[in-house]
Order: sequence, then C-alpha cells, then structure tokens
Amino acid sequence: MDNRYDAIVVGAGHNGLVCSALLAKAGKNVLVLEANDQVGGAAVTREFADGYSVSACAHLLYQLQPEVCKELKLAPRLSSGDMTTITLDENGKHVRLSGDAVEGVSDEDAAGYKRFRKRMNRFADLLRKYLNKPPPRLGSRDLKDLMTLGQLGFDIRRLGKEEMQEFLRLIGMNIHDELDERFESSLLKGAISLDSVLGTHLGPRSPNTIMTYLYRLAGGHGRVASPQGGMGSVSEELAHAARSAGATIRTKMPVQRIVIENGRATGVETEDGQRFSSFTVISNADPKRTVMELVGARHVETGFVRRIHHLRSKGNAAKLHLALDGLPTIAGLSKKDFAERIVIAPDEHYVERAFNPAKYGESSPNPVIEMTFPSFRDDSLAPTGKHVLSAVVQYAPYALKGGWSKDARETFTQAAVKTIAKYAPDIEQRITASELLTPADIEHEFHITGGHWHHGELTLDQFLFVRPVSGAAQYQMPLDGLYLCGAGAHPGGGVSGAAGRNAARTILSREKAA
Amino acid sequence: MKSQAVHQGRLKTPFYSRLAALDTVNEWHEWKGYSSADSLYCEDMEYFAIRNATAVFDLTPMTKYRITGPDSLDYLNRLVTRDMAKIRPGRVAYAVWCDDQGKVIDDGTIFHLREGEYRLCSQERHFAWLQAAAIGFDVTITHETEDVAALAVQGPTSFSVLNNMGLQGLEELKPFGLAHFDFEGTELMVSRTGFTADLGYELWIVPDKAEALWDALFAAGQLFGIRAIGTHALELARIEAGFLAAYMEFLPADETVRTGRSRSPLELGLDWLVDFKKPNFNGRRALAEEKRDGSTWRLVKLDIEGNKPAHNSYIFANAKASKGHIGFITSAAWSPVCKQNIAIGTVRTPHGKPGSSVWVEIYYQREMHWNRMMAKATVVDKPFWFPPRRGATPPGPY
Repeated sequence: MDNRYDAIVVGAGHNGLVCSALLAKAGKNVLVLEANDQVGGAAVTREFADGYSVSACAHLLYQLQPEVCKELKLAPRLSSGDMTTITLDENGKHVRLSGDAVEGVSDEDAAGYKRFRKRMNRFADLLRKYLNKPPPRLGSRDLKDLMTLGQLGFDIRRLGKEEMQEFLRLIGMNIHDELDERFESSLLKGAISLDSVLGTHLGPRSPNTIMTYLYRLAGGHGRVASPQGGMGSVSEELAHAARSAGATIRTKMPVQRIVIENGRATGVETEDGQRFSSFTVISNADPKRTVMELVGARHVETGFVRRIHHLRSKGNAAKLHLALDGLPTIAGLSKKDFAERIVIAPDEHYVERAFNPAKYGESSPNPVIEMTFPSFRDDSLAPTGKHVLSAVVQYAPYALKGGWSKDARETFTQAAVKTIAKYAPDIEQRITASELLTPADIEHEFHITGGHWHHGELTLDQFLFVRPVSGAAQYQMPLDGLYLCGAGAHPGGGVSGAAGRNAARTILSREKAA
Repeated sequence: MKSQAVHQGRLKTPFYSRLAALDTVNEWHEWKGYSSADSLYCEDMEYFAIRNATAVFDLTPMTKYRITGPDSLDYLNRLVTRDMAKIRPGRVAYAVWCDDQGKVIDDGTIFHLREGEYRLCSQERHFAWLQAAAIGFDVTITHETEDVAALAVQGPTSFSVLNNMGLQGLEELKPFGLAHFDFEGTELMVSRTGFTADLGYELWIVPDKAEALWDALFAAGQLFGIRAIGTHALELARIEAGFLAAYMEFLPADETVRTGRSRSPLELGLDWLVDFKKPNFNGRRALAEEKRDGSTWRLVKLDIEGNKPAHNSYIFANAKASKGHIGFITSAAWSPVCKQNIAIGTVRTPHGKPGSSVWVEIYYQREMHWNRMMAKATVVDKPFWFPPRRGATPPGPY
C-alpha cells in the first residue's frame, strides 16, 4: 500500500515541520500535507507587490528554541539579531530598550528597569523550563506527570519566599498596575505595555498581561531577531531538515477531513479525494479547526466539544505591509536605526485606549504599532533603494462590527498610516503599494480559526495543563492516534518550535511505552 | 402601579382543576416549577389503585424535549449509551446519558414519534447539556414541557378503561410502543410505558384538551375503579418495580461536587443499556476503561428480613457490623403487594453479587424509644414486582 505512512502531519506550519522532522529523524515514514503552495503556515515570506516581499504573518523571531535548532542542526541567518526596541516620541526624544538597559529615561527609571527585568527574567526562566516539556496531567498517577508537577511546585518554591510570593502575585495580574508602581516614563510604560498585549485580545489593564509579557521573555529573555529572507527562510530551512530526514512534504494538498474509524484516527482525506492512511495523525491546525472541521464534533464527546467550542481564539492583530520608494524620515533616528524594532505606543493609556473600541467590535482609530524595515539589511525583499515596512497593527478585532468590508479595511489602513505619519511625515508620499491582513484574512489565508496567531488566547485559563483545553493538553486528543502539534497546544504561539518538538517527543515516548 | 413582575408562583398543570376537585388532604410539593400532589385523599388507597384497578397520575411537569432534524438519530446515538438505531418509529426506549467521564447525568425515555422525530423525557432539566451536545449536528432541540399535557394511566384495569373510552386497536400496542389516536379532533398519543412495572399507559395531548381528556377518561373508568393519585403512591410502586430515581439512586453527574459521588451506568446495573459496539458516545472511553478495570460501586436490590423498612440504613458485609459499612440504602419500603421488606442500595464491589447476603442496620422507633437491629438481606437480580399482565399483548380485561 503506497498511501500508508507511520505518521501524517496535517499542515506544514513551522511546528508541523519541526514535528515531522523529528519523527522522520527517529526513523518514521512521515507525510506532511499542506493546503497552501508554500510551507511554513503563518511563517512564510511572499511577494505582496511587484518586487516587494515580506514575512506575511509572523515577522520577528523571539524564541526559536535552542533545543529545536540543536536537534535539527538549524542555523537561521539573521539580518538583524538582538534588535533594539525604539519607542517613538513625537518630539524625537525616543526611548531605546536593549536587553536590560534603557536609554532616554531618568536614572531612576533606568535603574528600576534593570531591577524589573532581572525579576521578570528570573520568572521567565522558570517558565522556559516548562516550554520544552509536555505539561503534566492533573489527577494522573503517572510517575512522569507527578514528577513534572512536583518539579514545578519545587521550582516555584525555590525562588525563595519573597520571590515566590511575588511570582504568585504577579502571574495573574495586569501589566499596567505593575508599571505604574515602578516607572515614570510614559514611553517606557507604553513600550512594555505593547510587548504585553501584542497578538492578544487584551489591553494593559486586562488581567493576565504580566503572564503574556513573561511568555515573550521566556523564549530568550525577549531577544528579537529578523531572519534574512523573511520568516519563510526559517520554514524553508525546517522543511529542508524534514526532507533530509526522509519526510515527504506535499503542498497544495488541503486536507478535507481526518478519518475516524471505530473511535480512532486512521488517516486523512484530501480535498481532491485522495486517501492517506496512518494510525498516527498529527494536526498542526488550530484546535477548533481540528475538532470541529477536520474530525467532526460527532466523533468526540460532548464535554470536550463544549470546551473546544468555547476556546477564546479571536485574533485582534492585523498585519500591514507597505512598499516604499525610500526610507521615511523620522526625526531623532539615525539611518542605522531602521534595522531595529520600532514601536508606536507613546504611553500605557494610549495602548488601553486603542484596545477600548475592540471590546465592542470596532477597530482602533489610534492603533498601536510594531514595525520593522526588513529590507534595510536584506536586498532580497525589495528592489535596490526601495524598502518594505512590515507592521503589526492593533487592534483589529476578528469579528468587526459590520465585517471587514473594503471601506473598513481602508479606514483601518488609513488609521495606521496616519499614526505612522505623526512620526514619519513623509510616509504617505513614499507608499507605492500596501497590503492589510486582518484577522479575517489571516483565518482565510492561513486556515487559523479566528485569525489568532497563538491558535487561542494565551491566558492562564488556556495555559499549561489546560492548553488548549483539559483532555487534550498533552498533545494527545481524546481519540486514539490523533495528536495536536501547533500553537494551540502547550506552550503556545510564536515561532519557537516548542509545541512541534514536544508533540514529537510525546508520540515517540508513547510508542516506546507501548 | 401596574405589576409586571416575573411570575414566581408555582405553575398549575392543565389538569389542576380536576386534581383540586378531588383533593381532600391539601398536600402538594414543587416539581420543576409545578404544583404536584403528594397525595389527594389517602396514600394507601391510591397505591392500591395502581396494583388493583387504575391509577391516574399527572406527569405534565416531567421535562420534555423535542428533537428533530436530519441528524437527530446520530445526535441521540452520541448522546445516550444505547443504540438508538434499533428504536424504530412508534417505539420508546429507556436510556441513560453520561458526561465524558462516563457518569450518569440522568435517565429517561426517548419516544421515536415519527421518522427522525423524537421526544426525550426526564425528571430533570437538561437544556444546556442537550444544546452543547448539538454542536456539530443538524438538529433542533425544543423544550416542550409546557406544550404537552401528560397523564399516566396505570394498573390492571387500565386497558379496559382506555378501551371503554373508545381507543380502537389499543390491544395491539406492545410494551414500549406508541400509537396515535383521534380525540375530539385532536391527536392523542398513547404509549405503553410507565413507572409502575404494571400494565399501564401514558397519554399525551395538547394542554387545551387536557380537561376534556380527563373527563372522558374518568367517565370511562368509573366502573373500573379509576382513581387519581399523588407522587407518594407512585414512589412505592417505583421501588417495587426496581426503577431508579434521580437524587435517590444517583445524583445527576453535573450536580456533584465531590469526586466519587456520581455513578456510571455500570454501577447502576444498567450494563444492558451500554452498547460498546457504537464507535462513539458520551462516556464511552471512560466506560470502556471501567469495564476493563472494574467498577467501584454496584446497585443492589435487597429482600430484607422482618418488616421494618430500612430507610437510610448502612449496609454491612456481616452481622457484627465490623470493618465498617460497605454501602447504604437509597430507597426502602414495605411492599404491600409483594409482602416483602424491599430496598434499593449501593455497595462497594465486590460485595453485592446476586444471591449473596448482606446485613442492613435498621433503626426504628417504638413509643419514643429507638431500637436498632441488624437484618439479613438477600441480593436479588429481578424486579420485586413484575406481573405477567405487564407484558401481555393483547392485555387481558379485568
């Protein structure tokens, strides 16, 4: 039988590629089926205007896990590594954050930032340890689960009494209150607020935003890098690793359904009617899509379906791509600063106000923006002398009141451009083409329900033992032979490869045990 | 000031006027928002109407849901543990439904009214669960408790009463069958079902026709000893039948807080209702595991020596009551028709195998003073009361 594989991975997102590469390395005959014509899922580079290319969704690397790089011998080429974050000031008195140092604020703030980061990094290190292992099952009597759970408790206790109290106090808290207590610089508070809410449906006053900040630090203390050739190059490298290990990757092969027979996964069926068989089917799709569309609610039980149905997974971040005929002028920035990460979040209240309309299904008239000029050090992305601006613009709610019509998109694009123009007055003249990807577009183009980067909000109630939901938090779905390996599984989104790696390890260790 | 407050008083069923006219003791309780009679004149007489003549019980407050749509069969098959494909139109199935942990949420009856159209009846309300179970299915769930008036007509002369009322062809109706008749230009549904393990029927009609139906029924039953009854008499008949009641033999799983306080169908003696041949139903994975590893609890029907009902008693493995109890009684009664001291209880496995003996600690009061006795009890596996007339088709005239 030609169509029988040891494992079939549905979706060649970066996690799917990591998972398939690791399984193939372990000697498995792996098939990866990808709906789009490029591998990478939301980690792709593509042309959006004649001669201009950009990372279509994810555009910065925070936390590609060293374990993944080591095991798959990856060495992504970076056009900018360890980028400084420059938070723009209308009068040109920008604040620069780099590692634990901050410039452009008072000495007290600079010293306070160092202390703040020291503590946050300590907590983030604690989290990081758990990013790279499957979360323990609660109520389990399995020794491994109990050990991991015990270790987690021990690690928290080992922080010391004061730090443990601080960790437990902060983990569910909102970032605004913590920042307000510690800092006076609005720009500094704005920048950290933005880092805490990027890619979520949360404002800085929403509970849980300290955890999202910690998650951002957990990968590599918040170090940010821009890959050479855009994010697609990382995916290509992963695909190469998978193929070299023997995996078969087929693009333009959308999976119609995961075949369930007698309560177990037995393969997949593609939209063109082909059937591929395997007793191990691994879904890189988000949990909702996996259960509701690919598997079908009737094949799983009601309580589980209800939890999946109620997963919060509505995206709120849009991606804006501008083709520019030259770099814009921003007062107070030197030319080399265009290699850095530039953010517009002048103060923490600005960020919260940007979030306010999103609660009621409206887009922000004054959005927060994270932008980079990936073409600045990368000729492959734009014609010589011309540039690409890649920006994450918030908030653009998935379920926009009235829908994402042409007018609604134009309004939001204009709001973003006008916001940038406050700092770069010549930006409008420089635009030769633009592209806006709302969460609705991200859903459509990358097949992510709700267009949420993380395949589901990254909050305490959808984290660790309960990510995406209890009953599926250890990559194994409540159907024999069916696994999750995407951002919807622990630990979550970001181009980290952790979920894909953990899933592969879970599958291999189960096989060993059986 | 105009009063627009939400109606908070107890609802009256469409039969209330008729029940109230017969009521002499004024003992009522609340049943899912409705007034329901404990008893109307004398519990004992009402009970003997069930076993010796015809008893009429107002079961309108019973929760009823209509399930329709192209996926209704698939929906029900995922919802309940038994195979609903075997229940053809015109048939009724007793069923239990479980949560994902394989614990019973409730039991009830499912009426296959017409091809692809069902009615689910249960003691408790389950709209939220039924709606959650409908995610991904093309079905419509309608709560229709208020839209259907229902009477249980139970007892040896019940067939004669209904026959006398003019329901032609009723003799063909087998247990767990249903049929539609014309009643004054309206559809009257009759099912051969009940909560008494006796010959009996249930009548279903639109509320507008409720009083007319009652009157016709009582006119036809006059010579057959027809009597209206309350829940106390029915409860005694229920225990004799060995049927389960929610909040007695089990707690609805979604109402329990502590672990181990809910029960699986296997722990309630309902193995026969669990069809593992179905590839998926709510609770299947957990129940398959339980079947493999063994259950914690076992439901027992007990025939107890003596005549003191074992209300709320602990059950022990031996007469000395050493090593602690092995379970407890959930329902108990002196059965007048069986002349037996009967009870239903729950014990830890491996105790309680059919035919084995256990000991029940009974406390009873005599002239203010309390006495304690250890009574020997035999575990029986058949219902206490199961007369041949219950299954006879055609039913004999009495």
